Order: sequence, then structure tokens, then C-alpha cells
Amino acid sequence: MTGADAIIKCLEAEGVTTVFGYPGVAICPFYNSILDSDIRTILIRTEQNAAHAASGVSRITGRPGVCAVTSGPGATNVITGIATAFADSIPLICITGQVNSELLGSDVFQEADITGAVESFVKYSYLVKNVNDIPRVFKEAFHIANTGRRGPVLIDVPIDIQNAAISKFKYPETVSMRTYKPTVKGNAVQIKKVVKELEKAKRPIICAGGGVLLSGAEDDLRRFAERHNIPVVSTMMGIGVMPTDHPLYFRMVGNNGKAYANRAINESDLLIMVGARVADRAVNQPDMITRNKVLVHIDVDPAEIGKNAGPTIPLVGDAKHIFEDLENEEFTCHCEEWLNTLNGYRRTMATKRNPNPAYVDPAAFIMRLTEKMQEDAVYVADVGQNQIWSCGYVKVRKGKFFTTGGMGTMGYSIPAAMGVKVAVPDRQVVAVCGDGSFQMSMMELATMCQHNIPVKIVVLKNNYLGMVRQYQHFTYQDHYSVVDLSGSPDLEKLSAAYGIPFLRLENMEKCDETIDAFLKEDTSMLLECIIDPMDLV
Amino acid sequence: MKTRIYSVLVENRSGVLCKVAGLFSRRCFNIDSLAVGETDDPAVSCMTIVSSGDERTIEQIEKQLNKKVDVIKVKTFAEQQCITRELMLIKIKYNKNNRREIMELCEIMKAQIVDMSKHFMMIQICDEPERIQLLIKMLQTISIVEVARTGTLALSKCGENDEH
Repeated sequence: MTGADAIIKCLEAEGVTTVFGYPGVAICPFYNSILDSDIRTILIRTEQNAAHAASGVSRITGRPGVCAVTSGPGATNVITGIATAFADSIPLICITGQVNSELLGSDVFQEADITGAVESFVKYSYLVKNVNDIPRVFKEAFHIANTGRRGPVLIDVPIDIQNAAISKFKYPETVSMRTYKPTVKGNAVQIKKVVKELEKAKRPIICAGGGVLLSGAEDDLRRFAERHNIPVVSTMMGIGVMPTDHPLYFRMVGNNGKAYANRAINESDLLIMVGARVADRAVNQPDMITRNKVLVHIDVDPAEIGKNAGPTIPLVGDAKHIFEDLENEEFTCHCEEWLNTLNGYRRTMATKRNPNPAYVDPAAFIMRLTEKMQEDAVYVADVGQNQIWSCGYVKVRKGKFFTTGGMGTMGYSIPAAMGVKVAVPDRQVVAVCGDGSFQMSMMELATMCQHNIPVKIVVLKNNYLGMVRQYQHFTYQDHYSVVDLSGSPDLEKLSAAYGIPFLRLENMEKCDETIDAFLKEDTSMLLECIIDPMDLV
Repeated sequence: MKTRIYSVLVENRSGVLCKVAGLFSRRCFNIDSLAVGETDDPAVSCMTIVSSGDERTIEQIEKQLNKKVDVIKVKTFAEQQCITRELMLIKIKYNKNNRREIMELCEIMKAQIVDMSKHFMMIQICDEPERIQLLIKMLQTISIVEVARTGTLALSKCGENDEH
């Protein structure tokens, strides 16, 4: 058995069913061995998207997605995908081929110090120098990636190590690392303090972040909120933590969120932040959320607590464990008046849009689209104006909403949606992007065709890098610089070139029937929506 | 601004120093001094890092260090809670007129002359960082050729029930 065979055995032992990647000589032993396995291989068209696709797998399954690329440029290309997963706390295993270990450090062809280069974007990385370390390294890597605060782990394997004979293969059953023991169970004393504050509070609110989804605590949080009638808002990464139409859910906070959600946070007397970083987009002035209120900050990563805002009650632990513990606590909240106030805000402070009837109104379109999508469908939003409209108007019922809220990497939606569709082929998966973000990943249309991954794609087309154009509109008084997307391809012809069915929606007149046609069958389809180039989020 | 001494036990593996030092630069934490060496267990290294910052930074440094998978244990001290030592070798140019003065200075500072030639001598001092700074200051009036310092080492003071 070679090192490469051993790697495949490790992946099988971890239940990996798909590897996204791009081969090169340095990873060829791996791609040779994988032919003898049932693990599906998908040839992505650029390495960055291999990591995004693995991120999609990971977000829908809760298990680390896996990508495997070659040394040098293959490895450096994947960095943006790894950094995206790191910023969004998504567990990934990224395997990179490396030049012969005896040549390491001599700047030979396609050598890159990838473990050095990704250091600030990975939870951990390995450079395997002994073939017999492979089982332990993979066991540890999966454990590190998917416990505590989740994140990407990179394993760099020189080609001679992949080819070397392994003396005895045994996949370890347990991990023993003296340095890595994340706290998942909340401190009982701190939990009691939270309960005490909840009993006192007149205007409590929960702000849920992506950490709630990562720990699979959506149902626990919802039950807790329902039992005590506590309103909930979310960060961008937390969208989907509650059904968007739930009476206790007041949508997304932050500078791109709902005014009534922000007002709810500002006027609360007890704010429970859970699985959220309190970063600038969600909380513009972190010191504001500690003023005039009790701040409880629940996070599995102790370093997040107190980093941007000093909480009254820090509570380290995994959201699921903590809500399970809170469920056993008996107390009563009196929030009726507070909820009435918030519902009043929801009615009176809703964003009023003034759509141009000559174009598709992205807000109305996204509402209609998500109403018509299957109940458990997965919606993957890209980055830009399309993302903000998606966050503002998406309806999530039993499905999921994924986007990169931490890194904001354009081009994320199509490869991530592919990853989701590969992992859950029975579910409807729709990627929604702009014409800028689409062109950052449009090479993956070939991957969708080659591997029959029927993802549906919506392109909100305005011929601009809309988010930056909007920024230049406000900041530089319409002094537009490098945001015009002229020269973009005709998407109808492009779709035809790939053999992907195409639809175009030019205004709201035929919105419903076009969406019906778009969603009707489980096939890939590209829907182009022409939106007003001057529209603002 | 407060000064803190972080005594960080890490896995003695290649790349760990780089990861820890990289953490400081990436998060804009200061490193005032850094000393690294093996402990009694060859698999474990001890990194002694002197840093400074406001209350939040000091807390973040400890938390971020603890997040590193290769970090076994982090202990944070204020200067008065521990014994600190630094080693310095300093080469100076001397002449007949100041030789006596230098030797007296060494005696006062408990420094040793460890090597010399016709015009140069090397002085060794092992003391608290402030005392080392003082010796440099005194020797600056003579003629310093070069200096090598270890960075601060620190261990917490011995307590009645010291279980570190």
C-alpha cells in the first residue's frame, strides 16, 4: 500500500464521498489511487472553486468537504477558497500535492511553500514528511476541522510520500492531542447568570450568527425562543436559523440589514449574541451594544468573546450544548409588550422600494422565486448587490441559505451550489449571482455539464459591478471608476454553447411563469434577469 | 499600555516559532522581546514573549495564543510576578586610558569580561532587562562594536504550592 492509497483509505474511513479538484503531476499518485475507490471525483475548472465546492458540501452535510489540488500554482490558486472558508468558519480538508520532499526548499518547478502561505487562513496545516504519519494526520485534520470553531485544514503531501510504501495502515479510532481540547459545554454558573438576566429583562433579544447553523442548533434555538417568546434577529451568516416568516424572527441586522432589526437590537435591554463575531458589518459600533444593556456573548471560540465588544456575561461553548442546557432551565419572560413594539417597527419601518417598471425588481423577484422554490430548497447567494437583495428578501422555510458573509468572495455561489447539489442531489439548489460574480465562476458551467450537476443559476444583470457602483454613487458622487461591465458575453449564446437551457426575464410582467419554467424540472438552467443598472440596495 | 510576559509552552516542531511570531504581526500585537528554547522535555519548547498593549490587547494575545493548535499552555505574568533574566554579550573597543574604568564598571554591574584582544574586549552580563539596558547606557560613552542579547526569560516566582 502506498501513501496515496492510505490517503484514500483515510477519506473512506471519514465517509467522504466526493473530492473536488484539479490534478497536476505532484498530486497524480493520489488521483491514480482514487480510481480504485468509490469516491466520486469532480474536475473543477479552477482550484479556488474546488474549495468553494467543498464548502458547499460541508455546509449542507455538516461534515468537512474535501478538495485536492496539485503543488505550486494549484496550491496557491486554492488559497482564496481556503481563506473564504476560514472567514466563514467552514470545515474543509484541502489536500495539496507537493514536490519531492528531498527537493523542498530548492525552488524547483511548481514548488510553493503552501503551508507557509496559508498559515493565517487555516485552522491548522500539515506537511507530511513520513508516509507512516498519514493515518494520524488525516484523523487529526478531520477532527480539528470539524470541532470547536470549525475551519479549514490543509495537508501538503510531497509526491515521494504519496508513492512511498506504508508499513502498516491502521486508521486511528481516536485523536490524542494534548494541545487541542475545545470547550463545547457551557459553564453552569454562567448559564445560571444568563437565566437570571432573562428573568429580569423586559426587552430581551437573541442575535444568531453562523455558529448556530454550524453547531446544528437551529431547532434548539427556535424552541427556546418560542417557549419564552423571545424575538430573534440574525447576522448574514445566521440567515435561515429561523424560518424567515416566523413571527419571532426580525431578519438581518447590520449596515445592510433591516432598520427594524437594528432598532430592535439598540432598544433591547438584554442582547444574547450567539455564534456571531460582532464584526463591523453586523455591528457598526461594537461599544453601542454594551451601552444601556446586558450583553451575553455565547461562542465556541473564547477569543471571539471580548474581541470587539466586552460582554457582561461571557459564555464559552457550542450553541447546541448551551441551548440544550438552557432548555432545562425553568423561568418566565415577559416580552408581550416588547414584541408588540417590535411588530410595530416591522410594519412601519419596512424598506420602501420604488422599482423601475421597465426592469425586473430584484426584491420582488427574489421573494417570488423563494416562495416558489421547494420547501427544503437551498439558496446560495453570491456577493454584491445580489447578496444584499437576497438577504433582504429571501424566504427560507425548511431550506438553507448560504453565502460568504465573512470573506465576501465574488464567484462563491456557483461552485458552492455545485457542492451542495452533489451532496444532496434530491434537493433543489439555486445559485443567485450578479453579472460580475457570475463571470468570476462561469467556467464551472462546464463542470456542471461534465458531471451532471443540475444547479439552477440566476444572474441579476445590470452591466455593472453594482455594489461598488453604488458606493461610488454615494461616496464619489457618481464618479464611476472601473465598474462598467461592458464586453460581457451574451448569456443566451453562452448557455447554448454549454447546452444549458436559458431563460430571460426583462421585467416583472412574466415573472411568475418564468420562475415556474425555471424551477419546473431538476435540470441546470440559467435565468437572466435584467435589472435597472441604477438600482440601489 | 501595560507590559505582560507570556510564557508559552509549544510543541517542539518545525514551523511553530513562525506560526506564533506570525500571529503577533498579523494581529498587530507588539513583540518587545522573544526567547525560545527547549524545556526539560525535548518535545516541548518554551517561548517567552514580552509584549505590551491595552487591557483588551493583552487579553486577546493570550486567547489567540491559546487558539493555536501547537500551543500547549500559555501563562501570563506582570513583570513583578516573575523572575526575569536576559543574557547579553557586548564587544567594545578599549584603550589604556579607559581599561580600568571598564573593569570597575563590570565589577559594579556584576558583568564578566569573557574575551579580549589588544584593542577589543567582550563583556557578558546576565541580569534583569533594566540592568542590561543600564550597562549598555554606561558603555555607550566608551565604544560599542556589537551587541547580542537573548531576549527576556521569565519564570513565575516560587510559591508555597507551586504546581505551575
